Amino acid sequence: MSDASTSLIAAIPRLRRYARALLGPGAGADDLVQDTVERGWRKLASWRAGSDMRAWLFGIMHNLHVDRLRQATPPTESLDALPEHGTLPDPGPGPAAGLALRDLDSLLARLPPEQRSVLLLVALEEMSYDQVAATLGIPLGTVMSRLSRGRERLRLLMAGQAVPAPLKVIK
Amino acid sequence: MNSPVTEAELHAWADGQLAPARRAAVDAYLALHPADAARLQAYRDQNVALRSRYNPLLDQPLPATLARPPLAARAAHAWHDSLRGWPGAAAAANALRPAARAAALLVLVLGSGGAGWLLRGSGVDTSAGDAPSGAPAVLAAGAGLAQRAAVAHAVYTPEQKHPVEVAADQQAHLVAWLSKRLGAPLRPPQLAAQGYQLEGGRLLPGQSGPVAQFMYRDHAGTRLTLYVSTEQTHNSGTGFRYAREGQLSVFYWIDGKFGYALSGAQSREALGTIADAVYAQLEGTP
Repeated sequence: MSDASTSLIAAIPRLRRYARALLGPGAGADDLVQDTVERGWRKLASWRAGSDMRAWLFGIMHNLHVDRLRQATPPTESLDALPEHGTLPDPGPGPAAGLALRDLDSLLARLPPEQRSVLLLVALEEMSYDQVAATLGIPLGTVMSRLSRGRERLRLLMAGQAVPAPLKVIK
Repeated sequence: MNSPVTEAELHAWADGQLAPARRAAVDAYLALHPADAARLQAYRDQNVALRSRYNPLLDQPLPATLARPPLAARAAHAWHDSLRGWPGAAAAANALRPAARAAALLVLVLGSGGAGWLLRGSGVDTSAGDAPSGAPAVLAAGAGLAQRAAVAHAVYTPEQKHPVEVAADQQAHLVAWLSKRLGAPLRPPQLAAQGYQLEGGRLLPGQSGPVAQFMYRDHAGTRLTLYVSTEQTHNSGTGFRYAREGQLSVFYWIDGKFGYALSGAQSREALGTIADAVYAQLEGTP
């Protein structure tokens, strides 16, 4: 097995994580991964050995995603028939307890897509800002402004969610 | 500590990407600006929350279909050698041959965890992200393939007396005959492991020439059909696709000049598992 194929296969779980966070629950995320992987296999010969496979694949995914946004094809099927796939367990208490993790999907969906992409590549993929710029094909300054706006918006959204606290403290 | 702290540096601090030389400056800034410090803590919490939420996906078994190289790239591997469709396919196929084997192995390993995972939504997928010229034609051709296969299934599977033209007990004749008529070596997959026996096959009119239909049944009498066309010379390969045709599930794919469609009234999950086996046999035959 060539290094390129190994790298491609190894990147698939990360592509899925990103797509799922980007698109929310539903068939769209795995469709996007599928198309990305198919295109990746097909173009593997044009991948330059030694270059960053992850950035290359995420770039492919980004381009496909943007194409779809332009086409604005509405999602047509829920995954209700296959509940065991693509579902995420309810988050237990953890370091971020209280942030209503379960609502993250819906809060993320309220960010503009271009801000969501940048935020997710930084937070999930832990890409450097330069890598994000290369992956998305945008200037570094644009990365920073989208990151800044996306984070601030998400912060306000999260704060809004947290306001109706279910418990009152009785002194 | 000389230059002022920028917003970009604050983010870099939150992400652990700040240049070490600037750490002291940012720390000092945050000590003096508690509102910014709280904001950055919120950003860090966001990172933690996002990872907590989505990292479990990294551990989920991969859908089998995701770990496969595309059909067109593996056509040289299959039981036919005609490679038409997209330019460069032959070269890529050679380059990918070891990858194909490894990926097939991966499918085997992962398949047990992800059995029944189905790739596409119901109906014919129209949102192919990769859009080479002629993509709509490919989709239309694939959809036509699925539809013709479903009609052929619906017409012949209710037959009690004449479900097939040539029965499986004359398999050598069946194979030679259909191969000759379609102008390509055909070999019906063996699905005993999935509980289905080959009943036989028949020749049908396709879009522009002959197509073959292989029929299988299980011990309960449930049937499924594999429709094989060699009319796809103008199409590029597709991935595994799923279509719902009335009461029937159809999995179909195009590989070189070959188009395959597996039809049945089974559940999508059940048929998907069988389609995986069909696919593996067709692709794996030297």
